Amino acid sequence: MIAELGHFALILAFAVSLYQMTVPMIGAAKGWPGWMDSARPAAMAQFLLTGVSFAALTVAFVTSDFSLKLVYENSHTAKPMLYKISGVWGNHEGSMLLWVLILALFGAAAAAFGGNLPPSLRARVLGVQASIGAAFYAFIIFTSNPFLRLANPPFDGRDLNPLLQDPGLAFHPPFLYLGYVGLSMAFSFAIAALIEGRVDAAWARWVRPWTLAAWMFLTIGIALGSWWAYYELGWGGFWFWDPVENASFMPWLLAAALLHSAIVVEKRESLKSWTILLAIMAFGFSMIGTFIVRSGVITSVHSFASDPARGVFILAILAVFAGGGLTLFAVRAGEMTAKGVFQPVSREGALVLNNALLAVSAFVVFIGTMWPLFAEMMWDRKLSVGAPFFNQAFTPFMIALALVLPIGAIMPWKRATLSRALRPLRGALLFALAVMMLVFAVSTGRSAIAVIGAGLGAWLIAGSVAELMLRTGRSGWSRILRLPRADWGKAVAHSGLGVTFIGVGLLTAWQTEDVRVARIGEPFDMSGYQITLTDVSEVQGPNYVSTMATMDVARHGRTVATLYPEKRVYPVQAMPTTEAAIDNGIFRDIYLVIGDEQADGGWAVRSYIKPFANWIWAGSILMALGGLISLSDRRYRVAAGARRAQPASVAAE
Amino acid sequence: MRALFLAILLLVTLPFAAFAVQPDEVLDNAALEARARQISQKLRCPVCQGENIDESNAAISRDLRLYVRERLVAGDSDTEVIDAVVSRFGEFVLFEPRARGGNLLLWLAGPLMALVALLVAWRFLRGRAGLQSPPSDLSDAEKDRLRQIMRD
Repeated sequence: MIAELGHFALILAFAVSLYQMTVPMIGAAKGWPGWMDSARPAAMAQFLLTGVSFAALTVAFVTSDFSLKLVYENSHTAKPMLYKISGVWGNHEGSMLLWVLILALFGAAAAAFGGNLPPSLRARVLGVQASIGAAFYAFIIFTSNPFLRLANPPFDGRDLNPLLQDPGLAFHPPFLYLGYVGLSMAFSFAIAALIEGRVDAAWARWVRPWTLAAWMFLTIGIALGSWWAYYELGWGGFWFWDPVENASFMPWLLAAALLHSAIVVEKRESLKSWTILLAIMAFGFSMIGTFIVRSGVITSVHSFASDPARGVFILAILAVFAGGGLTLFAVRAGEMTAKGVFQPVSREGALVLNNALLAVSAFVVFIGTMWPLFAEMMWDRKLSVGAPFFNQAFTPFMIALALVLPIGAIMPWKRATLSRALRPLRGALLFALAVMMLVFAVSTGRSAIAVIGAGLGAWLIAGSVAELMLRTGRSGWSRILRLPRADWGKAVAHSGLGVTFIGVGLLTAWQTEDVRVARIGEPFDMSGYQITLTDVSEVQGPNYVSTMATMDVARHGRTVATLYPEKRVYPVQAMPTTEAAIDNGIFRDIYLVIGDEQADGGWAVRSYIKPFANWIWAGSILMALGGLISLSDRRYRVAAGARRAQPASVAAE
Repeated sequence: MRALFLAILLLVTLPFAAFAVQPDEVLDNAALEARARQISQKLRCPVCQGENIDESNAAISRDLRLYVRERLVAGDSDTEVIDAVVSRFGEFVLFEPRARGGNLLLWLAGPLMALVALLVAWRFLRGRAGLQSPPSDLSDAEKDRLRQIMRD
């Protein structure tokens, strides 16, 4: 009964989205206020209905209602409650429902907080947003209905893929979807602006917070996924250049470019058509990501059970929205006249360079991801493109980006000189060189990655500090705290990138690994640590059997940590997983994995020392935090409030 | 039938339960072992989804790892080892596509695109610098309002 209610609510939401994508659009075209304003309650209703539908599916999972096919295929009575709830989106149908729920959430948020938008723009934004919703509602209802019943409900379900039975599943997909779907707002704003034929500073100011929020969520989502892979997959890799990772990385790169180009539109009324194009592409790549994951054209560890019919449907959605958006862009972009005049060497120029580098690096990821598909179609060659290619083809652009970032960030608008921009950065440059020499001295005979990564990281961080000091001037602490939050956000996010650079560089170059047969009670040495396997026992978990080892790690005779790496078997899915045990530290992680019992009594054991591993994710958190600080900047709120006070001056946008 | 399938799956997967390089595979010669690891990371497991043979738990990956080490001990160079594996399994197992033939395009795509992007950006920037600021189409009241917003 509840499932049918959810199904019905979903169909109603589809109907509401059909209303919302047509009536307000007609209203905006004809100038009928009532028709335009009906978009707001419609957006609210749509969110409510989708929410009811999602809640119904959650109830089915929580109560283990195996008469639902989806619950039977992805759940089990013995599964812990956390995974019953997060299992709702641990499958294709449920994750699509989460996707449209978030889409509707963004629509409702735009309706709720869009009080300061001109009515026609608001109506069009909500109309475009609803049209995306309608396409995905149709996709769910016609190809991926989560509410299908089974005629003969079985006693128990088939359980969730054990790899997904992890707290990571509770947070990684929702954040990732908030990011993906958040970019739909930038897309809707771009399409609405194209229809309106007007892009100006005010438009950029409205679209930027949404993009910033989406980028922030995407940053957190990707970082969570990377961290999850790090501890779950058992060898401590943090990035695999897997097609699905790439699918989330491309929108991230483009969203980062969009954030920066929107600044130029806002401050200098230039780069307008490029910004619109970026907004369309960023969401287009979000949808390409969905297509890659759902269609199975490119095999990946992430793929849910893939189905050609679904792939074709998503490809059609992609063609309509990306194709339609780009066509509209081609027709209308000529009307976007740039106003700002500036010299090539200026903040504007630096941001153009930033955009060029980010867009090209996204292109490299794209072509590498699609190349196997392309080669098979063109030459019937089955080939692979993996980490070695991406590391070589992608990294140079990131190095270039990091090199110019602090210089560009410190340049004034309109006109700058290189020598004057470099002057306040002399200290930062010296600091970065010192760090490089230190790293070089410590790691003689090892790869250059450590030196480059740490040097660039130090350069980014010190450059951000130098910029804050420059903005503060001589007046010191009282002023530094009163700097606009946007300045702080920028400094924090750029430093975060630096921290991640350091983490990636040092971890890649300095990690050590040891594979051996360990006997119980016999310690072995590894990179200055003494590791002892003290015990191995069988432990019964709620829905798995675990082989749990107890391992002591000591340094200079003092115990550093006692770790419990596990090897689990989930009988329902007949699948083994490793649960690495990690001792987290600021400067190193100790990462232990237990393997099989050997014929002569010992146990296979794998140990890693991973220096600076946590810096990768700490940097990501800093980047997201920088976005959050920037988002809380006064001008987003003040401009909003001021507009409500003076509704007559709409034309001043 | 299903139960049988599960049982077979259990038999096949359990001996290699989530553990890639086994201790008995590791070579005594550290330099050779390091080379073997490097090579393994460039070779794709032929039956898995996007894993290299160094990370993979599949039986065939183990065989390939052992084969790579065998060749290295026999004195083959890195290229020779990789060539030998590719000649058996095809270029599908190469995670680093060779930069020749059509694949040259893949390797050159990034640098070429960067060149194009920089050229376009430069032309745009030159164009911007040469322009005169166009007359504003805002009224004075609107400009005041805009200034007020921008100041906040």
